[in-house]
Amino acid sequence: MSEILLQIDGKEISASEGMTVLEAAQNAGISIPTLCHHENLEPFGGCRICIVEVEVNGWTKRVVSCIYPVAENLVVRTRSEKIDKIRKMILELLLAHAPDSPELQDLAQEYGADKDRFGKEASFCIHCGLCVRYCDEIKKKNAVGFVDRGIRKEISFIPEIAAKECWDCKECFPLCPTEALQAAYVLTKALICPSPSSETASEE
Amino acid sequence: MPRIDSPADLEKLRKSILSQRDPDKPCITLCSGSACHATGSGKVAESIEEEVKKQGLRDEVDIRKTGCHGFCERGPIIVIHPEEICYFQITPEDVPEIVSQTIKEKKVIERLLYTDPDTNEKIIHESEIPFYKNQKRLVFGSNGSIDPKSIDDYLAIGGYSALAKALSGMSAEQVLEEVKKSNLRGRGGGGFPAGRKWEGSRNAPEETKYVIVNADEGDPGAYMDRSLLEGNPHSILEGCTIGAYAIGSHEGYIYVRQEYPLAVENVNIAIKMAEEYGFLGKNILGSGFDFTVRVHRGAGAFVCGESTALMTALEGRVGEPRSKYIRSNIKGLWGMPSVLNNVETWANVPLIINKGADWFTQFGTDGSKGTKIFSLVGKITNTGLVEVPMGMSLKDIIYKIGGGIPGGKKFKAVQTGGPSGGCIPDELLDLEVGFDELTKAGSMMGSGGMIVMDEDTCMVDVARYFIDFLTDESCGKCVPCREGLGQMRKILTKITEGKGKEGDIKLLEELSEVAKEASLCALGTSAPNPFLSTVRYFRDEYEAHIQEKRCPALSCKELITFHIDPAKCQACMICKKKCPAEAVDGGKKKIHVIDQEKCTKCGTCFEVCPSRFSAVTKISGEPVPSPIPEEERIITRKSKANE
Repeated sequence: MSEILLQIDGKEISASEGMTVLEAAQNAGISIPTLCHHENLEPFGGCRICIVEVEVNGWTKRVVSCIYPVAENLVVRTRSEKIDKIRKMILELLLAHAPDSPELQDLAQEYGADKDRFGKEASFCIHCGLCVRYCDEIKKKNAVGFVDRGIRKEISFIPEIAAKECWDCKECFPLCPTEALQAAYVLTKALICPSPSSETASEE
Repeated sequence: MPRIDSPADLEKLRKSILSQRDPDKPCITLCSGSACHATGSGKVAESIEEEVKKQGLRDEVDIRKTGCHGFCERGPIIVIHPEEICYFQITPEDVPEIVSQTIKEKKVIERLLYTDPDTNEKIIHESEIPFYKNQKRLVFGSNGSIDPKSIDDYLAIGGYSALAKALSGMSAEQVLEEVKKSNLRGRGGGGFPAGRKWEGSRNAPEETKYVIVNADEGDPGAYMDRSLLEGNPHSILEGCTIGAYAIGSHEGYIYVRQEYPLAVENVNIAIKMAEEYGFLGKNILGSGFDFTVRVHRGAGAFVCGESTALMTALEGRVGEPRSKYIRSNIKGLWGMPSVLNNVETWANVPLIINKGADWFTQFGTDGSKGTKIFSLVGKITNTGLVEVPMGMSLKDIIYKIGGGIPGGKKFKAVQTGGPSGGCIPDELLDLEVGFDELTKAGSMMGSGGMIVMDEDTCMVDVARYFIDFLTDESCGKCVPCREGLGQMRKILTKITEGKGKEGDIKLLEELSEVAKEASLCALGTSAPNPFLSTVRYFRDEYEAHIQEKRCPALSCKELITFHIDPAKCQACMICKKKCPAEAVDGGKKKIHVIDQEKCTKCGTCFEVCPSRFSAVTKISGEPVPSPIPEEERIITRKSKANE
């Protein structure tokens, strides 16, 4: 694979063809925040927090680094006033759902995001899709998926598959940046095997 | 029907079709597009068949059920050839007279003709009616003269001659060059040059390449692609087969919405016939070129009109877009080079090949060549589909073709480009329509929606409506669109309810900027346009809502109250009787008063109050005058004596 030279935040960096800007930056020890990225999963480009500025043929544009491929002589800036402003807004939008997520709180501090800027939303999920994609791409089980679309979109376990696959796996749990996944799981579990006490309660 | 194996055979067939057709034989063409179908053209068709039989004219007259004629406001439409006599708003009851008078006696029926509202003159011929006269119907014109279910009709007007010309007389490179030279830009929204898109795919190393027809038209109020696919499906098949030849593709897809049943039906029939005749399939016209097309029915997601989401859906996955850092023409459907163009773009291709790029570029502006079909809807006298040369002013489209605003109302704005387009105000009506011109004005060409709004339209509510639509249609994959639009919808709704607060406009602007900069696909990046363009041209309306709790257009329910002017009320009891909430107090000779506690603001009293009284008014931003004392509410005989 041929070597590609690019510049990130003023540093000359070498990367190999096919790499993304995010991978090149991480290899060089330059940190770019991510929420929906996982090194073992296909790039998703959903959270947009890894947005950076690139200069191509004299044009500056903003792209998400987890997908944008490296190119010879590419100039990348991982921070700028505009980038910080976008990240701050993304965090504020997500904090409306998951104000207690440690990951979001840390980033909020760095970018000065106000967790109370928008009214609280009942769902904790930030739709990073890590659980859904992990179960699909790595485990190939599709026990958890997205249902509906837009702001009504939510994650949901498929009871029939979950009943067979999930009890001994739970590998997706640590991936979740909020508590939404575990909540969805507990709900599904309750649906599939109601506890003895609730069973008696319903029989009464 | 034997297969057509060469361009010479095609010409022979065309001659034989034409020789069997007598140009002087009367032919009744009846618009059977979706709009006319909705106003009853199906029943009219039945009664024409019946009546022609009854009057013993079965062999003397042809009946042709065509696609959309465009003047949907006046449907169902009948045009009688060869005289081109045009009748509007036909009911089955009109048919016996049409057959006996116009077909048999060659007499024109005055009452069914179009009346010019300016001169009050009756107009007989379609081409003389202002709605049609000011158009340039290069792409859409054939719709009215062919039966979309008959391939012979398409052949009779020269169909598939462009394909024959390309396959027999031009190399793939030459076809590509001609399209590049024509500067045909995508009619679906982005306006990307079709030739450049094709070239990218052609030069890509992969053997397998795809062409795709995007017929997932989903803009509220837009139906030009629908009407083209319903009315002239072969022109789209011919266009995409030529495209496939140019890029070296052998497989194509038509992605059409399930909600367009007639389009699905007609295009399927067209494919079947084209395959039988040898215009699709193996060894097309004996050239050695193979190309097959399949129809894929979309399940009704607006976002699937976005090219990458459409391709994902074609692959059988959830229709969500992906980042386009590598363009679809290089890495598209199943990772292969894929040329996706919109229905109208493909329909332009046969014209360009037949008549040449030089002919095509004589129409339009420097940056935008050819014509564009718009669906002209909203508060406009002549609702319908109009095709105009690029560069025509919005004013000419709205007034010369559209006939202006009905009901003596004042024009306020025109929304172009679909839900994520923008609103253009009165002072910019001289703007020439073109891709770059509309973008500069804060709107866009989009696929050609054109919604006219009058003085009664609240621009904040318009922004709320479109943002609401887009929030619903967002796929939810990326944060700026899913969450950002959701917040914008909340804020805009609050403003229209009189709960807006200082700083809302700024917050909306910030959310817009992030959605524009950081969203994954064009749905998200263009979604803030309805807000941005209305705040740019109608900021005072936003401020009135937020600061004064006033809706200047008197349209936002939460901000208006209905009031009966005691000086004008004649105690006629009409509003009292019609009020569904029983909120009107009063009686015979007793001036009516609205009980604001009970009023649901449905507006019935406002609508039913006789115009000679006009006693019911809408009030916004100021308190309702307190009711007059009980004793003054009695209308005494004195007023009657005065009359």
